[in-house]
Amino acid sequence: MPPAPCHRLSPPARALRALPLLLICAACEGRQSALDPAGEDAAVLLTLFTVMLIGAVILWLAMNGMFYGFTRVHRSQISKTTANSIVIGGGILLPTLLIGALLGWGLSILPDHQKPGDGLRIRVIGEQWWWRVEYWPEGADTPVISANEIRLPAGQRTEFTLTSDRVIHSFWIPALGGKMDMFPGRETTLSLKPEKPGVYRGQCAELCGASHAWMAFEAVVMPPGEFDAWLEQEAAGAQPAEGTEEGRDIFFREGCAACHTIRGTQAQGQVGPDLTHVGSRHSLGAGRLGVTMEEFAAFVTHTEDLKPEVRMPAYDHLSEDERAALAAYLKGLE
Amino acid sequence: MSDRNGYPVIDRSRRGPYPPTEEMLAEPVPQEEQEAQQRRLREVWATPKGFRYWTAVNNTEVGVWYTMTAFAFMLMAGVMALIIRVQLAVPENDLVSADRFNQLFTMHGSAMMFLFAVPMFEAISILLLPGFLSARDMPFPRLSAFGYWCFLIGGVFVIGSIFFDAAPNSGWFMYPPLATQAEGPGSDIWLLGLSFIEVASIAAAVELIVGSLKCRPPGMRVNIMPLYAWYVMVVGGMILFAFPPLIAGDFLFELERSLDWPFFDPERGGDPMLWQHLFWIFGHPEVYIIFLPSIAIASMIVPTVARRPIVGYSWIVLSAVGTGFLSFGLWVHHMFTTGLPNISLGFFSAASESVVIPTGIQIFAFLATLMVGRVKVNLPMLWIAGGLAIFTAGGLTGVMIAVAPFDFQVHDTYFIVAHLHYTLFGGMVFPVIAGVYYFFPFIRKVQLSERLGRWAFWLIFAGFNICFLPMHLTGLKGMPRRIYAYPEGLGWDWLNMISTVGAFIIAAGFAVFVWDLLRPKGHQPQIPRNPWGGGTLEWTHDVPAENWGVRSIPHVHSRYPLWDDPKLLERVDAGRYYLPDSKQGQRETLITSVIDAEPMQVQKVTGPSWISIWAAIFTGACFILPTFHIYWPAAGAGALAVACIIWWLWRDTARPPEVERKDVGLGLSLPTYASGPASVGWWAMWITMLGDATGFASVIFGFFFYWTARPDFPPEGAAHADGLMIAAAAILLLSSWALTLGARRLNWSGRIAGARIALGVAPVLALLGAAALAASVLHLSPSSHVYPAILCAVVIWVGAHTGVGVVMQLYCLAGSLAGKLTPNHDADLHNVTLFWHFQALSALVACAVMGLAPLLLEAPA
Repeated sequence: MPPAPCHRLSPPARALRALPLLLICAACEGRQSALDPAGEDAAVLLTLFTVMLIGAVILWLAMNGMFYGFTRVHRSQISKTTANSIVIGGGILLPTLLIGALLGWGLSILPDHQKPGDGLRIRVIGEQWWWRVEYWPEGADTPVISANEIRLPAGQRTEFTLTSDRVIHSFWIPALGGKMDMFPGRETTLSLKPEKPGVYRGQCAELCGASHAWMAFEAVVMPPGEFDAWLEQEAAGAQPAEGTEEGRDIFFREGCAACHTIRGTQAQGQVGPDLTHVGSRHSLGAGRLGVTMEEFAAFVTHTEDLKPEVRMPAYDHLSEDERAALAAYLKGLE
Repeated sequence: MSDRNGYPVIDRSRRGPYPPTEEMLAEPVPQEEQEAQQRRLREVWATPKGFRYWTAVNNTEVGVWYTMTAFAFMLMAGVMALIIRVQLAVPENDLVSADRFNQLFTMHGSAMMFLFAVPMFEAISILLLPGFLSARDMPFPRLSAFGYWCFLIGGVFVIGSIFFDAAPNSGWFMYPPLATQAEGPGSDIWLLGLSFIEVASIAAAVELIVGSLKCRPPGMRVNIMPLYAWYVMVVGGMILFAFPPLIAGDFLFELERSLDWPFFDPERGGDPMLWQHLFWIFGHPEVYIIFLPSIAIASMIVPTVARRPIVGYSWIVLSAVGTGFLSFGLWVHHMFTTGLPNISLGFFSAASESVVIPTGIQIFAFLATLMVGRVKVNLPMLWIAGGLAIFTAGGLTGVMIAVAPFDFQVHDTYFIVAHLHYTLFGGMVFPVIAGVYYFFPFIRKVQLSERLGRWAFWLIFAGFNICFLPMHLTGLKGMPRRIYAYPEGLGWDWLNMISTVGAFIIAAGFAVFVWDLLRPKGHQPQIPRNPWGGGTLEWTHDVPAENWGVRSIPHVHSRYPLWDDPKLLERVDAGRYYLPDSKQGQRETLITSVIDAEPMQVQKVTGPSWISIWAAIFTGACFILPTFHIYWPAAGAGALAVACIIWWLWRDTARPPEVERKDVGLGLSLPTYASGPASVGWWAMWITMLGDATGFASVIFGFFFYWTARPDFPPEGAAHADGLMIAAAAILLLSSWALTLGARRLNWSGRIAGARIALGVAPVLALLGAAALAASVLHLSPSSHVYPAILCAVVIWVGAHTGVGVVMQLYCLAGSLAGKLTPNHDADLHNVTLFWHFQALSALVACAVMGLAPLLLEAPA
């Protein structure tokens, strides 16, 4: 395990980070929370937020306190000059100072989200409603293809190249940093530096149609050594588990291969997500379900209910045994 | 009396004494004469009875309909919000389908923005502004009525679509390509229905600006007019420059939907970012268009509560104007996550933060007023205070999200949902309700209930915070906006449940408020005339109500005439001031000069008529039918709408008056007809054309946007517009303009035959010019690439305007032949010439861009 990210921050910054957690609630845990950062970028932004929050609370109390006081306390003599200086002081001087300081600090953070990476580049293409993922290690000619899951090495800065197929999406892993929109016909970039290994959740943040709510993914941060081993395994073809031939036959009989690719087999479809190692992922259907056998069977049977307007038809004509066999085949693609 | 250019000047010699002396004002008016005057005024301004009531055009009637309709749309959008909250109360809910949910939030946002917030400002202003200015009515009452009926028809059409499961479902911002690809009529309903309402909004804005400029009482110089009127001018001006870019965007968008011209399709050279720019160039000023009128209401209430004049009047005016300007430079902060260069992000972050300063000045000016005053808290003030508490919280989160890096985290999350509701509830809903409580006695001559008002306040205030405060946290914990369902276990469940409970508490508060508004009040005693002790002119109203607006139009010389001039009310009532009578049985109001409010003219004001309703119905059909791809009947409806409007103008506006001058009281004699800059119509045309030119500029902006943003603009070997035809079009259109200008001069100098010939030839040249322009692009295929598409769009825009210009020229020719337009009565011709100035400029720009584009674009790189 690498050291926890907190150690990289100065002690006052650490104290500041702890404060809102105490202030707001005890339940800020969450795999998709900007308040529980697992990377450098998210941590900096949380510090920024904390300072702004404290300032905002003080200013709010001061302004509304004045308003409350002035409407209830009857003072006899307040000169027009005093009143005018309140307008100038409160309306011009104070905000100019505070905003100047805030902009100076806030905008100094701005270039961070475009910092050059340490080698790995990941290209993500937003589809309706899933993610096409390509890993480009430094110097690679061809990418390692995957889908609906982002794996990242801890302690290294990874660059993302983002684009989209048909409509605008937005790529966002709150625990790691800010978001970036994905446009058809255009590429945007973002870089993130995760620090704490773990499984986080990312989600599309731009309205992209009926199943916008179900366009998510798992972001898995791994120690660099483990990541390299995983990437090598991901690059290899599929190795179906023993005894899943029946499920494989159903897969090809039902025409699944027209849309999905399973490298190392005849399935070379490009319409839907790559399934070569679907069994080793943390979620199914772009963050829609977990990856138990039952969930595999449920997804192929109730596709439309689970992801409205998705292009994949529901295979509810399959018998229960056939569903189980198909699920076993897919689950076995590790 | 005219100057060298044919523009009339104030004729001080024949006018009579002004300003009135104290002796003149002290002279009593005989009792019988007072009664006779009252009788005549009452008869002239009477509201029609029975079913003819709906032909009323008076601001007191139209204003109430407008306000109640906007409020009804708000309640419907509120019910949609409740359904949204119920759906989100628990994870994995399936109460409504994903598509229905998308329709609901799209319609909630669109209706709140386009059917409530902006129309509400216009409605309240139409209702109240004449009162603040002691005008008898707005300058163009039938235009108000036309605007209202357009709003009603368009609003019912747009919001009604939700009942047929056909509502737009791509969000209130309608981003392409999602919205261009959306199936069904939803997107078209949004584009055409709301464009229709936007046109009505612009009409109302024009009228409100002209009202503030030209309908003030004598002596009310700009620096003493009520702050509300200042805000009306600022907000009206913002509407004028903010809505046209959206209308231009709608125009391109609908061309893409109907004819497959690829303005936003990246595969054929288009760019979805152009829509985002056009939308937010509208969308951000929109926020201030909503917020500033509420500050305006507060600026009327706060001095009354403090029982002192407002502190920092000039500061407030400067801040309002400053906010108006700044608001046009911030739009990119809605696009921080679109991958723009850091330099843009930094600039727009700083610009966004700078709005804090004018906003701060306005709030601190209110604070200072309360501080120097002797405050007597009343119910309207309670709502203002609640609004301030909520608004400042929203403003402070606004400061946070204007810092671009922080926005990367919270953009498109529930943090933003919380922020925008804090600013809009605090900056709009609470002050408007404060205004309802404060001005209800002015409108209905009875008070609303203090007890129910407090109940409503505390329910809405508490419910609001229970609903929206937790949303900040929900957003920070990662919940994006516009999702119809969410999985368990992300820490969002209990937060959403709390928000839903809060939403229902808000609803309960609104139920109390609605009951208070609607409950029968016949048994209640009438109010004292000035129940809050205000100092501005609206409290010279008559109790019991009279329709004439103000008994006689006072001469004022301070910001709070009722506080500073103890005899004013008595003299107003006695008819001692201006225009106390209507001897010819006509509706009239006083027109004054723009800066000093010197009396200039007696303007005849139009009365009840069906024509504004018919015009609105046909205009509505012209916009609504194309939604269902019914094009020929739509064109027919459009022609009928134009016919209605021409009939209405022909019969009742700018006719040579029976008497050239009229005695308006206090020895003053004023002309009854004006043309050029002295007339309200000329100002209305100027202001309208500013908005129209903004729309044209937005289309041209599109051209240059593609040029700079897209490498394939134009694509290699693209066909260009025909240069020869463009040159011909430019010459023909400019000749038509020159002939129109010449016709005005000839007519003014009495050479009527020459003017008629010029007016007869000009439309022919204009039509030939439009035809040449069309011919220059006929060989292009606009659906193949965005380059030919934008050229054709420019041609359509200029062509349509040429058509309007031709109708205007023919209208003037007909007026001259019918004796309606004479050398001394040439207001129509002045206005048409003004239109053609703009038209000539647009034609020149269009021809330059289209003709020179091949040279510019194909220059060696």
